[in-house]
Amino acid sequence: MNIKTTRRAFLQGATAASAAMVVGLNAKGAWAAGHGGDFVPNPFVRIAPDGSVTVVLKHFEMGQGTSTGLATLLAEELDAKWEDVGIEFAPADTAIYMNTLMGVQGSGGSTAIANSYMQYREAGAAAKSLLVQAAASEWGVDASEIEVQDGMVSHGSNSASFGDLVGMVPEGATPNPQLKDPSAFTKIGADKLARKDSKAKTDGTAIFAMDVMPEGVVFAVLKRSPKFGGTLTSFDASAAMEVEGVVDVKQTPMGVAVYATNTWAALKGREALTTEWDFSNAETRSQDEMEAEYAAAMDEAEGLPARAEGDTAGALEGAAKTIEAEFHFPFLAHAPMEPLNSVVQIKDGKAQCWDGCQFHTVTQGAVGAVSGVGPENTSIETVYAGGSFGRRANFSSDYEVEATMAAMALGDGRPVKLVWSREDDVRGGYYRPMTKHRVRAGVDADGKLVGWHSIMANKSIFKTTPMDEAVVVDGVDIFSVEGVADTEYAIPNMSVTLHDMETAVPMLWWRSVGHSHSGYAMEVAMDMAAEAAGRDPVEFRQDLLAGAPRSLAVLNLAAEKAGWGGDLPDGWGRGVAVHKSFNTHMAQVAEVSVTDGKVKLERIVAAVDCGVPVNPDVIRAQVEGAIGYGLGHVMRQKITFTDGEVDQSNFPDYEPLRISDMPKVEVHIVRSSEAPTGIGEPGLPPAGPAVANAIYAAMGKRVMHLPMVDDGVEFS
Amino acid sequence: MAITLKINGEEKSVEAPPDMPLLWAIRDMLGMTGTKFGCGVASCGACTVHVDGEPTRSCQAQVGDLEGAEITTIEGLNSDVAAAVQSAWADLDVVQCGYCQSGQIMSAVGLLSENAKPTDEDIDSYMWGNVCRCATYTRIRAAIHEASKRMEA
Repeated sequence: MNIKTTRRAFLQGATAASAAMVVGLNAKGAWAAGHGGDFVPNPFVRIAPDGSVTVVLKHFEMGQGTSTGLATLLAEELDAKWEDVGIEFAPADTAIYMNTLMGVQGSGGSTAIANSYMQYREAGAAAKSLLVQAAASEWGVDASEIEVQDGMVSHGSNSASFGDLVGMVPEGATPNPQLKDPSAFTKIGADKLARKDSKAKTDGTAIFAMDVMPEGVVFAVLKRSPKFGGTLTSFDASAAMEVEGVVDVKQTPMGVAVYATNTWAALKGREALTTEWDFSNAETRSQDEMEAEYAAAMDEAEGLPARAEGDTAGALEGAAKTIEAEFHFPFLAHAPMEPLNSVVQIKDGKAQCWDGCQFHTVTQGAVGAVSGVGPENTSIETVYAGGSFGRRANFSSDYEVEATMAAMALGDGRPVKLVWSREDDVRGGYYRPMTKHRVRAGVDADGKLVGWHSIMANKSIFKTTPMDEAVVVDGVDIFSVEGVADTEYAIPNMSVTLHDMETAVPMLWWRSVGHSHSGYAMEVAMDMAAEAAGRDPVEFRQDLLAGAPRSLAVLNLAAEKAGWGGDLPDGWGRGVAVHKSFNTHMAQVAEVSVTDGKVKLERIVAAVDCGVPVNPDVIRAQVEGAIGYGLGHVMRQKITFTDGEVDQSNFPDYEPLRISDMPKVEVHIVRSSEAPTGIGEPGLPPAGPAVANAIYAAMGKRVMHLPMVDDGVEFS
Repeated sequence: MAITLKINGEEKSVEAPPDMPLLWAIRDMLGMTGTKFGCGVASCGACTVHVDGEPTRSCQAQVGDLEGAEITTIEGLNSDVAAAVQSAWADLDVVQCGYCQSGQIMSAVGLLSENAKPTDEDIDSYMWGNVCRCATYTRIRAAIHEASKRMEA
């Protein structure tokens, strides 16, 4: 038995009590369990005799830098040497590895660092306290006089490495974690701390689910209904079985699985397959019909109240000037770089799933239930995820369940690797909800914003999910209206109403969720209101954010760093947006140039306050990335339907942001001492409207229909 | 049929139809997973390898056409240019999810092998076909400039 399996067995056998141990309650004897020679003070870290420190990651790594972040938190309090610190993904074990802000083991909502900040620090401090006790006992000195730095424990002329102390922690020693004062941090907040996943991702050795091919693996692809909600009536596999490499074809509850000795043969086999479908419960509408229904709903009724403050109708009626705007936001696919895939093996009453797993508790439950072995007999090996942007987490664990069903249909105990093509991904649903949003706002004769009315229409993400009761209030999914209904702007009379639309197309959170559209509508309409008031867009917002000091501060910082109000070359324009999401405050100033009527994104200056900046360089990377991801979609990406079928299929017609589109990005980070908040998503919402406002400044065009290319904007 | 491919200096035999894309032969038949599947239609560059030194989309190159060609994958990079690129990539922490980065690096090595001092415009033009959904593009530009400097040193 090797160290890894022993440790895993230990971790899986541990109980909630051992999770409690890391907050210093009771760890008696925890590390004394057999663990192959490593010192395992708690489920979050182990130290090997060679001094290497392995941080066990309860969150997956989709590129957001959490693996580096969790290692930073733990290594800070352990005082490990950064180069000695390695990372390993935790098994699915909700009791130990729960995301305390979500109540399940999983990642999402930009919560990884926020929910781990104290837990991983305490785990590191607890481990350090035990190493110190070992040294104190060995040297016969008082533990309080011992110093720890860079993986070395010392007292006077005595010194020992962490590795030297493995196996020397006295029986019955109790961890005594003492957290550092932030002024003593050397890793948290360090401007540059090398990412833990950089090397493996630059030499081809990083393993993603797509790279997992266990002995005996069978490759599979699934033929799904071409319209959402369709059901299979018949299929003919004879031509598919003729394809070289195809080994079997089976019906599953999710579609027809084609199995082969390699992915390409499976894809070719699927092309040769003929299928018949019943579309009586399917989405069969085209884009125009769906949009017309949204518009009609907004025309005909008031909608569900999501916010009602003051007398909005009266304020708008009495306003000196009003503005009106109607925004359209399309369905969007996440299209992570690694197409969805998962490997599942069901054998001897156990299920094993290899996955870039984002939602461990849900996936363990789903694979366990569908396979019939139960979650307690289901293990998940998490590997790197090639992006997600939300897609790998959903309440049905759709692609892992497909792999499970494909493995069951084959039924011979072999591991089945179910791969989505890019076309499957673009056409696979779980989209950012299409949203229409009408705004009426009014300013008084003094140029003050006196009333705001938002009418929104979209399909709820959370209705009918297990979170329905928690987040759907009086029929309003709070994620449908977030970013508007909970704005920080002090608007005296404000109403937000929602039309809850229906379609068989599944919806899902997409990087920044409701903020992905609400931030755009809010901030473009705010610019229009500022213009109606005859006021500078920054100054107009400053007034409204007087009671929101952190947002006001990032607005001022972004404006200052961007040289707001300063000269620009001819044909350039500058725009601003500020938007709080995931408890993080973000402002951005965009600069665009226009040449021969074509727009080029030149520069974005961002200012962010996400509490204590744990890894400033990861924060910069996340803001750069969120800006790019957001802008690519704002510029030209959309999912549309014809007779219920998705019009787009792959990158040539779901054209992503490319390097030539990418503006220069500067990120300025507030050195806050508040608790850390999210950073994976908050960079996205302000980017689009800042660019839209810059386009208006440059060429006098308000862009309200996304993607921008559909509203007549041409990009160079 | 058995086809002999020369990959990273070693001859490897694969049992595959001649029209199988090199991508799938490398990955599924030979188990070398550094080269990635992203789109299958030469639209993202994740599958980029070098064929006789030229960056090539392996999802479109058929194994039957490649007998005798020198194929290099991310696992086989060992030139001075590659060392400069990979060290710059790691030192600047370019990667996020990392899935596209093998392809980005194969293209960057191709660029710097042709043009040791590219401008931003040269980079944008050469690297246009390599998609990064995490949008690490500003760092890709910076890392290529940094690699260019390291090549001079």
